[in-house]
Amino acid sequence: MSKLGISEPRIDGYDKVTGRTKYYEDRVPPDALYVRIKHAERAHAIVRAIDSTKAEAIPGVVKVLSCFDVPDWPFPTAGHPWSMDPGHQDVADRQLLNRHVRYWGDDIAVVIAETELAAVQGVRALEVEYEEMPFVLDAQKAMEPGAPQIHERFPSNILKHTSYRKGDYQSAIQTPGLVKVEGWYETPTVQHCHIENHGCFAYMENGRITVVSSTQIPHIVRRIVGQALGRPWADIQIIKPYIGGGFGNKQDALYEPLCAWCCTQVGGRPVRIDCAREETFVSNRVRHAIRFHIVTWLRPNATIAARKVELWSNQGAYASHGHSIAAKAVNSFPQHYPCDNMEGDAWTVYTNRPAAGAMRGYGMPQASFADESNIDDCAAAMGMDPMEFRQLNIMPQGFHDSFSGNTNYYDSYRECMAKGAALIDYARKREEYSHQSGNLRRGIGVATFWYNTAVYPISLETSSNRMLLNLDGTVTMQCGETEIGQGADTAFAQMAAEALGLASYRDVHVVSCQDTDITPTGLGAYASRQTYVAGFSIRQTAELLKEKILNYAQSLTRQSPACMDIVDGVIVRKTDGSALMGLQELAMTAQYNPVHSEHLTAESSYTIRNNAYSFGCSFAEVEVDLALCKAQVIRMVNVHDCGSLINPALAEAQVHGGMSMAIGFGLSEQLLFDEKTGRPLNNNLLDYKLSTCMDHPNLEASFIENPEPSSPYGTKALGEPPACSGAPAIRNAILQATGVAIDQLPLNPHRLFAEFTKAGLIHDS
Amino acid sequence: MSQYKLVHCNINGRDVEKMVDVRASLTDMLRNDFRLLSVKKGCEVGECGACNVLIDGEAFNACIYLAVWAEGKHIRTLEGLTGPNGELSDIQQAFLDETAVQCGFCTPGFIMTAVEILETGKLYTDDELRKLLSGHLCRCTGYENILRAVKKTMYRRLGKQIDF
Repeated sequence: MSKLGISEPRIDGYDKVTGRTKYYEDRVPPDALYVRIKHAERAHAIVRAIDSTKAEAIPGVVKVLSCFDVPDWPFPTAGHPWSMDPGHQDVADRQLLNRHVRYWGDDIAVVIAETELAAVQGVRALEVEYEEMPFVLDAQKAMEPGAPQIHERFPSNILKHTSYRKGDYQSAIQTPGLVKVEGWYETPTVQHCHIENHGCFAYMENGRITVVSSTQIPHIVRRIVGQALGRPWADIQIIKPYIGGGFGNKQDALYEPLCAWCCTQVGGRPVRIDCAREETFVSNRVRHAIRFHIVTWLRPNATIAARKVELWSNQGAYASHGHSIAAKAVNSFPQHYPCDNMEGDAWTVYTNRPAAGAMRGYGMPQASFADESNIDDCAAAMGMDPMEFRQLNIMPQGFHDSFSGNTNYYDSYRECMAKGAALIDYARKREEYSHQSGNLRRGIGVATFWYNTAVYPISLETSSNRMLLNLDGTVTMQCGETEIGQGADTAFAQMAAEALGLASYRDVHVVSCQDTDITPTGLGAYASRQTYVAGFSIRQTAELLKEKILNYAQSLTRQSPACMDIVDGVIVRKTDGSALMGLQELAMTAQYNPVHSEHLTAESSYTIRNNAYSFGCSFAEVEVDLALCKAQVIRMVNVHDCGSLINPALAEAQVHGGMSMAIGFGLSEQLLFDEKTGRPLNNNLLDYKLSTCMDHPNLEASFIENPEPSSPYGTKALGEPPACSGAPAIRNAILQATGVAIDQLPLNPHRLFAEFTKAGLIHDS
Repeated sequence: MSQYKLVHCNINGRDVEKMVDVRASLTDMLRNDFRLLSVKKGCEVGECGACNVLIDGEAFNACIYLAVWAEGKHIRTLEGLTGPNGELSDIQQAFLDETAVQCGFCTPGFIMTAVEILETGKLYTDDELRKLLSGHLCRCTGYENILRAVKKTMYRRLGKQIDF
């Protein structure tokens, strides 16, 4: 019986519902010293001096280290695979502690102490002398002449600018009779808000440094710690325990390099860094705020004649993942709604805000908001139903992208929209809500997205896997791909059990917690890649192990390996299906054979030179209270084509989480900064307005399972896609309910009040 | 006032006493002195609910409850819910069955609030359940399956049909 497509319980579920699962903080040695970080209280400044006299006098304080003590070279932090091409390596623009303060919250010193209290008191007792400089918070303003220069190597603060030209936009728009639909769309700075803050601890053993960290990417972090400390990479061991969520924030080297370095400064004694929630918001990573300008030219038949997209991505103080996010966003447009004449430009710009990095969706929630808002405006301009407009213009079946090699093998978009529309009763509600008056108004909106699976061909895509046949006939499996809550380990166990012919996914023991000394090299959890890329190496390694098992079985059964198979953990003769030997018997015999003892293992790497389109849509039904300027989502449906599902219940749960994030992005979340000082204003969970379960309707997840032909298991991206299209669906539903197109997120009462007032729906009496 | 004080309380059915720093939170005491590591730290200022435990049957964020206030109290953590031979309670099993667990970091706190809800013996509406659970933040699940797990267990305990 197939092990795939079954909603098996998570393999880590029991430990998680009993509280036994160990996260990094549950593993900190009791003698670890506390490292607490002094964050700059200026948005842009040079640290002239730090007086640590008072801090050092505090009992329990062991050492104070500052930006004047750290190695004098910069390092990159992005969780990207190493590139053999120096031109494609990540931007190295920060030091362990920085003299040039580039945002309010920058790391300028640490206090190492025996107790947390002493460390915190020590940080408070530091006296910093700043030379203040003007700062800039807005990406476009940062490009203006005379704007404060944030990094010497980047004139006008432009980290990178990329563009594309397809056909001839300028000529195409001269065609008479075109309808122009233009808009500015803007998304805010938001944060990942995994419930476990980032933290780590480090210690030295036999001259090497071990860092146990809440990270998504242990192998990549090892390289970055090596770079930051100037040590050979193999001097570093990274251990990733279970982690309390990541969502991309932990797809970056956060405080592992600093923690490792602090460890070396106290003779290799264990040290710990534990981010407070307030630090997580500001001094980890955030999602890029992006401003878009879109001009779409429509023919009288409602097809798109030409389109121009410009975007400015607010990078904040350090490059982190940098332009990759803006590039992904701007490059989504020509494939989403293909047209013959397009211009696209994307600028990623340094500002004096917290560094923006990877966050679930990697530029696509922003792009989807802008694109799908503009598309709804296009539909309105043509007097068309928004879904009908999309069906006319969206990526057709058979569409091929020559860069990624992706093909839209099925008509996934239209299938997803049709299913979603049926589930939410779109057509009837659209009609019902078309003529409303009164204070409470309802609307229904749709939005779509596409998403790449993995990062080929932009970066290396590789996956390694190791399988060991145990003496009881079970298999132990090590993957480089990390479990961060999504359920990866369970899906991997199902995939391995299927490929090996084991009786149950429970017969695969996944070594969950990666250790770079032991685990075969993998890149980690990002880019919605893991089920796809691990699929290749799991299948390949399973086939190698199976071959070894059957070859060994030949010496015991005298049957040809070609005539044997493994079914439900038993070696069978294919010709008549009869059972020859259980895997346990084989493993014991192989291990303890006095003539030919063998531990049956297999290990392999697979370099993936594919990518795959993942598709989906969101439908949102909202009720708007005009007087309260409040929009409430009363129903929401997401439909995804992520290929074949390995574990439908886990897939559905993954979609719920993404929808929740999209609702927060749409309605309430934003990190605010004081315009006068650049200080963050709401970097805590009370004022940030993360959704609670009172802010959600029931979340409805549905799937179109078109098997992906390039994948050995028919899968493609699902991790990030659910976060992409929810916010514009809400925006478009508010547009139907009120007639007001609001082009800036979040759609909270403050914004609705301004927009409704402007539209004359309410009056400030 | 001395910086340390002896606290007597009952934790998961066992009478204990411990000398604690008067400035320590109940989270500190439970994690550091009793190694009850299901008590998680997500904000330490009472915003996220990850450290939630039951004190005399009532849910509290242990991070903003002083350890010394535990004097004479009955405290229950997730560890106390699991049977002596590792048996799961109905609500723990429901979290598994409903796929209400992802990263697992908010799970202990949520389950303990669920226990408080279930022990009232009342039948709550969905809106009421949402409000009762709203002191907990979760970024993985969208709360959907958590709500489902609590609701199903509530119905089962009351011997009622579930209207899903």
